[in-house]
Amino acid sequence: MAERIDLPSTPRVDALPAAEGPPTRTERAEGVVPGVLRVVEHHWTWYRRNWRATAVSSILQPLLFLLAFGLGFGALIDGTGRAADATGGVPYLVWLAPALLAMSAVQTAVFDSAYPVLSGFKWQRVYWAMTATPISPGQVALGHLAWFTVKATGSGAIYVAVIAVFGGVRTVGIAFSLLAAVLTGVAVSAVVAAFTAGIDDEGTAFTVLFRLVLIPMTLFSGTFFPVDQLPGWVQPVAWISPLWHGTELARAAVVGAGPGSASTALAALGHVVFLLVLLAGGGALALRRFRRRLHP
Amino acid sequence: MGDGLVQARDLRKSFGEFEAVRGIDVDVARGEVFGFLGPNGAGKSSTMRMIACVSPRSGGTLQVLGMDPDVDGPRIRARIGVVPQLDNLDQELTVRENLQVYGRYFGLPRARVREKAVELMQFAQLADRADAPVEPLSGGMKRRLTIARSLVNDPELLLLDEPTTGLDPQARHLLWERLYRLKREGVTQIVTTHYMDEAEQLCDRLVVMDGGVIAAEGSPAELIARYSTREVLELRFPPDVAAPVELMTRLAERVEVLPDRLLLYTADGEHLQGELARNGVRPQSALVRRSSLEDVFLRLTGRSLVD
Repeated sequence: MAERIDLPSTPRVDALPAAEGPPTRTERAEGVVPGVLRVVEHHWTWYRRNWRATAVSSILQPLLFLLAFGLGFGALIDGTGRAADATGGVPYLVWLAPALLAMSAVQTAVFDSAYPVLSGFKWQRVYWAMTATPISPGQVALGHLAWFTVKATGSGAIYVAVIAVFGGVRTVGIAFSLLAAVLTGVAVSAVVAAFTAGIDDEGTAFTVLFRLVLIPMTLFSGTFFPVDQLPGWVQPVAWISPLWHGTELARAAVVGAGPGSASTALAALGHVVFLLVLLAGGGALALRRFRRRLHP
Repeated sequence: MGDGLVQARDLRKSFGEFEAVRGIDVDVARGEVFGFLGPNGAGKSSTMRMIACVSPRSGGTLQVLGMDPDVDGPRIRARIGVVPQLDNLDQELTVRENLQVYGRYFGLPRARVREKAVELMQFAQLADRADAPVEPLSGGMKRRLTIARSLVNDPELLLLDEPTTGLDPQARHLLWERLYRLKREGVTQIVTTHYMDEAEQLCDRLVVMDGGVIAAEGSPAELIARYSTREVLELRFPPDVAAPVELMTRLAERVEVLPDRLLLYTADGEHLQGELARNGVRPQSALVRRSSLEDVFLRLTGRSLVD
């Protein structure tokens, strides 16, 4: 009988007759959230000391993409007819910026849920330390996702500020792009964390993940050019890519339903549902695998 | 149900087809140091993990601090301290941060964990390394930090899984001294070990486990009295000389033939040595010592070649 993570237990406590309610129940009544926050606090303590090591991937790398594609490549194609068709008439940088947000969130999600998660199980084993305390394995998994959400929102906001300096932000809609990017990231994070929790040996598994999943996803999710520029038979591949859904959603928030964008309110809803389903499915699998692995 | 901190009846744990723990009864009383002694794979760690509420039992009943781990796992874990077999410190955090972060897992207030961390660094003799990262610390220091960390919530029950494995003798003695100090402060401890000397040093009472069951139970002195003789004569012979095992079996109460030496169990080792000499037995070396848990273990697990 596996121990379940405590759902917020207010109903259960309410259900107890007041006269019989033993005071010791209050300890359990605290529910799932405080434990998740303590896991987040651990990640924050680590980050405060080691953020420089991650700044390259979370800040510098997106910045390089911005310079190379947004400014370099953008200058080349801006003003050409086909580019204007594809971007719905807005400058390439403006069109690209929300997609870069989504791409950056997904890349961070994949990296943060690969080696660091496996390390928690296997090398530094900090997950074992956490779950020897009142923290449950499910709270460790949720804490990982919660921390990612905090971190991705923070680094995304910095990214938005940098893009704004280069003139890539035209509307406050970019705030919704950021939300879409974070949602995409956390959904991918859940799936990758579940994947990592199921492996013992990182060798091939992570190579396949990075080279055969992440790179194609980055290139063919409509970040740098609309997916409809691809041959028809490739396009369905984009539909299963969470990054494509995230990119369409993030871009719709700033560009709107233009001629180059397939986004309508219904399409946006579809993207949100896809990402939420991915988050729920990945999250449920991660919870289960964390529990099986940490409390066998 | 008594006032025992841990009470197990017919406790079992299986992993698929493999039965790691095959029905054991355990009672640990408040204030005592209780040991699980046994070789690797005896089921000690599986038992410890069930008591630590990090591994649901497959059968039997288990009460820890009067609660059922299947129901109240987090509440029990809030009141126990755990020293795992493998260190799982945060290598990239400092000594102080490790203690503080761990205290926060228990929901202790920040001011309290700051205070507690200072106190525990004193206890672990790591105060001068307070703000140094953990990674470059020696094995003994890391182990002391792990033990200090397990005390952050002032546990009523401390679980130590192979606490000194891999440490040099000096580091082991220092750790034993710290654990003894905790015992005097009234902290109940459960220790697993495959070191007989450690069990003798630390434990008031212990069980010998082998193959997932309990082979014997008692205090170290009781077990030695029950399963061994007062003294042991250890003999070594040159490789090309056949030891007169038959003669020895007649003169000693029991003989164990090990690959490198013979153990002769007897009440009076020197007397036996004299008897053997009179019968013309000339070993390369002879040593008389008192019986230890090692001898109890050899007897109980049937790893002797001649009985």
